[in-house]
Amino acid sequence: MSYEKGREITISVLKFNPRSAVSKPHFVDYKLEETPGMTLFIALMYIRENLDPDLSFDFVCRAGICGSCGMVVNGKPALGCRTLIANYPEGKLELMPMPAFELIKDLSINTGKWMDDMSVRVESWIHTNEVVDIAKLEEKVDPDIADETFELDRCIECGICVASCGTKLMRPDFVGPVGLNRVARFEIDPHDNRTAEDFYELVGDDDGIFGCMSLLACEDHCPKHLPLQNKIAYLRRKLVALR
Amino acid sequence: MKINYCDALVIGGGLAGLRAAVAAQTKGLNTVVLSLVPVKRSHSAAAQGGMQASLGNSKMSQGDNEDLHFADTVKGSDWGCDQDVARMFVNTAPKAIRELAGWGVPWTRVREGSREAVINAKKTTITEDANVHGLITSRDFGGTKKWRTCYTADATGHTMLFGVANEALKHKVDIRDRKEAISLIHEGEKCYGAIVRDLITGELEAYVAKGTCIATGGYGRVFKQTTNAVICEGIGAAIALETGIATLGNMEAVQFHPTPIVPSGILLTEGCRGDGGILRDVDGHRFMPDYEPEKKELASRDVVSRRMIEHIRNGKGVPSPYGDHIWLDISILGREHIEKNLRDVQEICQIFNGIDPADEGKKGWAPVLPMQHYSMGGIRTKPTGESQKLAGLFACGEASCWDMHGFNRLGGNSVSETVVAGMIIGNYFADYCLANDISIPTATVQKALDAQDTYLDEILAYEGSEDIFKIKNRMQNLMDSNVGIFRDGPKLTAAVEELEELLKKTKQITVKSKERCGNPELEEAYRVPKMLKVALCVAKGGRERTESRGAHYREDFLKRDDANWLNRTLTSWPDASDTQPTITYEELDIMAMEMPPAFRGYGAKGMIIEHDLSAKRQAEVDEITEKMEAEGKDRFEVQAALMNYDLPMNYKDKNERVGVK
Repeated sequence: MSYEKGREITISVLKFNPRSAVSKPHFVDYKLEETPGMTLFIALMYIRENLDPDLSFDFVCRAGICGSCGMVVNGKPALGCRTLIANYPEGKLELMPMPAFELIKDLSINTGKWMDDMSVRVESWIHTNEVVDIAKLEEKVDPDIADETFELDRCIECGICVASCGTKLMRPDFVGPVGLNRVARFEIDPHDNRTAEDFYELVGDDDGIFGCMSLLACEDHCPKHLPLQNKIAYLRRKLVALR
Repeated sequence: MKINYCDALVIGGGLAGLRAAVAAQTKGLNTVVLSLVPVKRSHSAAAQGGMQASLGNSKMSQGDNEDLHFADTVKGSDWGCDQDVARMFVNTAPKAIRELAGWGVPWTRVREGSREAVINAKKTTITEDANVHGLITSRDFGGTKKWRTCYTADATGHTMLFGVANEALKHKVDIRDRKEAISLIHEGEKCYGAIVRDLITGELEAYVAKGTCIATGGYGRVFKQTTNAVICEGIGAAIALETGIATLGNMEAVQFHPTPIVPSGILLTEGCRGDGGILRDVDGHRFMPDYEPEKKELASRDVVSRRMIEHIRNGKGVPSPYGDHIWLDISILGREHIEKNLRDVQEICQIFNGIDPADEGKKGWAPVLPMQHYSMGGIRTKPTGESQKLAGLFACGEASCWDMHGFNRLGGNSVSETVVAGMIIGNYFADYCLANDISIPTATVQKALDAQDTYLDEILAYEGSEDIFKIKNRMQNLMDSNVGIFRDGPKLTAAVEELEELLKKTKQITVKSKERCGNPELEEAYRVPKMLKVALCVAKGGRERTESRGAHYREDFLKRDDANWLNRTLTSWPDASDTQPTITYEELDIMAMEMPPAFRGYGAKGMIIEHDLSAKRQAEVDEITEKMEAEGKDRFEVQAALMNYDLPMNYKDKNERVGVK
């Protein structure tokens, strides 16, 4: 295997351990050689294995499917595993942990806890009193409705929409685009018997659907390209009509 | 000492663990799930193509039933599986998918009318009837008689995982993420829970439970080139092994998937070929029909992977800076189909390789190469999921070997197994926890916790010149080169010897930071020795097994040897100071099989060393079947006469199908 020597790149990471009595937030620069197709996953693993075994970050699938590796790359939240170094011609990347979530250490943040709280808050599950006999034929679903539900079910809870959100900065308890998308998803699902009134109870306030200022950075940065703008507007029209 | 008490402890928060937890919680047990990562980020989410269940709704799946699914699974396993378990599985799979539909998984549905599909590289029209409009549809996958793989586009695992995780939240299952079980608490031959490390604070705590169920997935990361997520390191299997009592089954049975993309190793689903995609060589030639004229690209995964490497060895690979590869061509399916049904595949190709696979001609071809994908081996259990040796320890999903897959797993059977095993084993597990009280001295718990505490201090005190990351990389490269798709005695022996050396070297390292929390190098330092033990089980099991069966392929023993090797490998680690596992074997009982060993349908005939009893049992099976059919008995009665099996709940009920009484 031979390839041309890659350019030297600099990855600058904000390091901080909030559990340490002595740690203070500071940037550390790492210099390394770019390899073909190098992503931030590959680069950060290289740094940990060769330059700084103390560097904390989160990756799981490294394929843009699990939503673990949201981080702020040159000022914009993105999935680290999908960030190609080649797309940064100046060869410099500055990484910070995403805001809005509890910091664990360095680039590692506690998105799981936030997302579970959100899921419980919007009761992110099917509400029905029907008891299904699973030995019998399944309920029929219009193929278009199934596809539409799937579109919104593609959310991977990476938290990038929350980290991008202006409202979340002003209202700490804002349910976030991810929460509103989840409500929209169950609103479409024919298995869920909740009414618009039920959803109003969950998100019909300024920490919910009426808090969104439509700045739309959520949709700009969503790695799954979810139609957040449309769905939030739709939900707002639907719920505002109730009062 | 921090002790947490619960009724049922589940280690691992993927599909299998979460579904088992729902089973335990809904039976009134106080259930805790521990997970390395937020559970919705588990590797289950990466299952793309779909879940096998013989619903038989769509045109191309009409006539499907449990019997066909069973036969495909047994053949696929190269007769290595436990046929009882395969039967339990196929009868529950349709129920699992229907349950998930009720939990909100937006399965892609049948649409009445005609549509174009690509079958064997030819455009074909398929017409669906009006009476099945809106039922769950299915696509084609390798090694199956019917189109049996149900899906949500190519994000099936993701939607299933969210459905099950949300259901677990609804039932208030106590889910705790960033918690790692690093040893099991056991005394005598009984398991009492686990010692757990909090990955945020570094604190050690004990979890004491009536029953413990490990559902931590596979051990793909002992290899370098793998489709597995970085958390699939086999630690769950390792902590069971380290009890010295529990055994692991068939660890040498490792699957290599034909079409991960080069070089990142990210999987492109089997759905690509299921939907009509084909493999091409350096000349653009479609070569699979030359080797496997009948099943072509849709032969079993182990067969396709070997044929690809064979073709590359014949000089037909495509050269690249990362070595030779093969092309996967899905452009022939058309842009519309790709953008609807294979969207994640398209995104992966675009983002990681700058290729749009919907572009016509060579421009849209994606570079692929077989890589490690699935662990058929795992914690050896009874069909109920309980360890054969350590009472109170259960395992389900990829972490287990109950043993549904034998030596090769069919595509679409793994994500299906996760939820099915979660249902079946989850219920047996819950019943065990309901029926068994435990009493254990706190001193025993303290001792188990102290042992881990001391061990971590020891690691931090090592002063050696070795580097834990280099040891890990060497292990992974060694497994790729010596314990991969093509194996032989000398390579396997060399692997065992070097792995043993590497295991010793893990005590000759220096961990640079001495912190007990937020210290990734410390985590590697206690995980890598566990991974090496698992790798040793794989390599040694492979070296001893002098035959070729399913994914275990020995170039020095090309035949499947039923006369000597129709058995299951059991590995254990009786003494902590051992540097190699101890291996014993468990015979498979041909006379109890519903489907005695036969030709699998790939490659040349005459590659089997027959067992004397195979023909005898086949004659018996034929006689019983013929006699009962003549008496007017139906297929269920015949099946029950051949091989009876048990299931909990109502899982043994007949599955309703359209147009079938």
